Amino acid sequence: MNPPIIDMRDVRKTYNPGTPVALEVLHGIDLAVREGEFACLIGPSGSGKSTLLNLIGLLEWPTAGAYHLNGRPIAQANDDERTRARLETLGFVFQFHHLLPAFSALENVMLPGLMRYGTHIPEQRRAATELLTAVGLGDALHKRPTELSGGMQQRVAIARALALAPPLVLADEPTGNLDTRTADGVFEVMRQFNETRGTAFLVVTHDPRLAARCDRVIELRDGTIVRDAPQQH
Amino acid sequence: MRFEWTVALRFLREGGLQTLLIIAGTTVGISVIVFISGFLGDLQRDLIRRTLGVQPNIIVRPAEEVARPLRDAGDASRLAQVQARAQRLRSVDQWQALQAELDTLPGIRAVSPVAAGPGLVARGDVNKSITVTGIVPARYAAVTRLNEKIVAGELRLNPGDVVIGTDLARDLGVALGDKIRLSTPTSPGDAYQVRGIYDLGQRNLNRAYAYVTLPTAQALLNLPGGVSSIELAVDDLFGAEALAARLQARMPHEVESWMKANTQLRTALNNQTVMTLLVRFFLALVVAIGVASVLIVSVVQKTKEIGILRAMGAARGRILRVFLIQGALIGASGAVLGSACGYLLTAVMSNFLRADDGTPLFTATFSPPLYLYTVLGATVIGLVAAVMPARRAANLDPAQAIRL
Repeated sequence: MNPPIIDMRDVRKTYNPGTPVALEVLHGIDLAVREGEFACLIGPSGSGKSTLLNLIGLLEWPTAGAYHLNGRPIAQANDDERTRARLETLGFVFQFHHLLPAFSALENVMLPGLMRYGTHIPEQRRAATELLTAVGLGDALHKRPTELSGGMQQRVAIARALALAPPLVLADEPTGNLDTRTADGVFEVMRQFNETRGTAFLVVTHDPRLAARCDRVIELRDGTIVRDAPQQH
Repeated sequence: MRFEWTVALRFLREGGLQTLLIIAGTTVGISVIVFISGFLGDLQRDLIRRTLGVQPNIIVRPAEEVARPLRDAGDASRLAQVQARAQRLRSVDQWQALQAELDTLPGIRAVSPVAAGPGLVARGDVNKSITVTGIVPARYAAVTRLNEKIVAGELRLNPGDVVIGTDLARDLGVALGDKIRLSTPTSPGDAYQVRGIYDLGQRNLNRAYAYVTLPTAQALLNLPGGVSSIELAVDDLFGAEALAARLQARMPHEVESWMKANTQLRTALNNQTVMTLLVRFFLALVVAIGVASVLIVSVVQKTKEIGILRAMGAARGRILRVFLIQGALIGASGAVLGSACGYLLTAVMSNFLRADDGTPLFTATFSPPLYLYTVLGATVIGLVAAVMPARRAANLDPAQAIRL
């Protein structure tokens, strides 16, 4: 069995703790995602999916519990350590793709490299071009996000998330904004990277069709994991 | 820092019209600051030159003679009155050696020995009191620019020549080549030929001086081989007082700057400087507020992008620097453009603003330090103005920023 990239034990999240309006939204989450997995996180709106993804992505602090990222305890790390861990270990794909409009597709994909190395290195440009070609955008390298369709933008976002070859990509409803055909194409791109590069994916989705194509489905309901099971295709 | 510079430049470029407008605003503000600074310096320099007439920047005279009553030290408090001594015309001791020494000192542009004292000028029945001023024309012109004020004839003196002012010439009814009689309390005098006529732009000054050669004045004033003062022109007009103090410390003579001799003028100029300093300060404040407000709007507009950069792994410090660089770049580019516009404005205005006599009211000078300090100052202003927006951007919660 592959070692876990994320390993959460009894993680809880309470908003406004210690106040009369305190609200616990996640109750004792135990979750591990291992290298090479392709897992989906499903559940109705308000079940705590986005909060859990933010905790996994180190964008929010858990109120209680233990969290190891790539074997390192990270739950109570300071902002700098968490920022570094995000850069080194995680890739993000958001529902509304969130590309930087001032940069071309290629530059968007090169940004993580610039962030890590502090300069543009030729290998980064080559890797970014290969990634964009792999997602079918080899002829749109220098186009701005506004010149690309929603599906194309989401492919650029996936390429950017993979730019530094992170072991895990977190995708928050990456197809939620796309029509069925485009959504299938984007999902297929993620599956390909999972199979060819071994990158683990944790995808939040509302779409049961896409969830059915994941290797593992984790279902969240009212802040608790109610199902966590592998799937056979 | 490459990441920060890349993102800052792109954010500014993406800002489009917003960026252009704030740079234009900064340019206008800085150009007015540069214009006021340059204009004020040039105008004050010319104003001083016009107002002082032939007064030097610094004058070295023999120290005043003081009464030294004979008394026991213990009885000093019992002296009811000590009468001040009358100040007779005396020569600056060892003036030739002093002149040679002053010639070599840094900060001193020109040195001119002068023998001046009271005299009378007469033609026919008309007598006028004047100051007989003995000069070495080349040296005196270097200190006072009297040669530029000659309206008839020339400032070239031979024994027997005199140069007088326009109003005195009119009072006496003389023109070039005419003769007038110069005398002093110690000499019955002689007849001198009018070689040149000057106009200092002030009636009393045009009646005040009769210029003759140094030996002539020495003879007329009974000052054989001596000079009553040594007059200096300095490189830094506004540093004259400090230089005078330094000179005073190293010589037994009385050293006086134009600032000390013209306290009213100095006060007026100081007030003018303070007022323009206030104007410049408030302009800089307006520029800073402009930069800060545009960057705050930019932070709001780019909240999502900042959130995504933070989520991707950009540390708070990097986001902070992205916005500080933007502020500094706006300040620096506004300062470079503003300096150019300010100089252009000063040059244009120096051609338009004229004194009564038709000469330019001031001469525009190109002062590299002014522009260097302006660019540095504006960059710092931009940087400081960006601190608040930058901190705001750096402290954004990435999870919230992305959700917006």
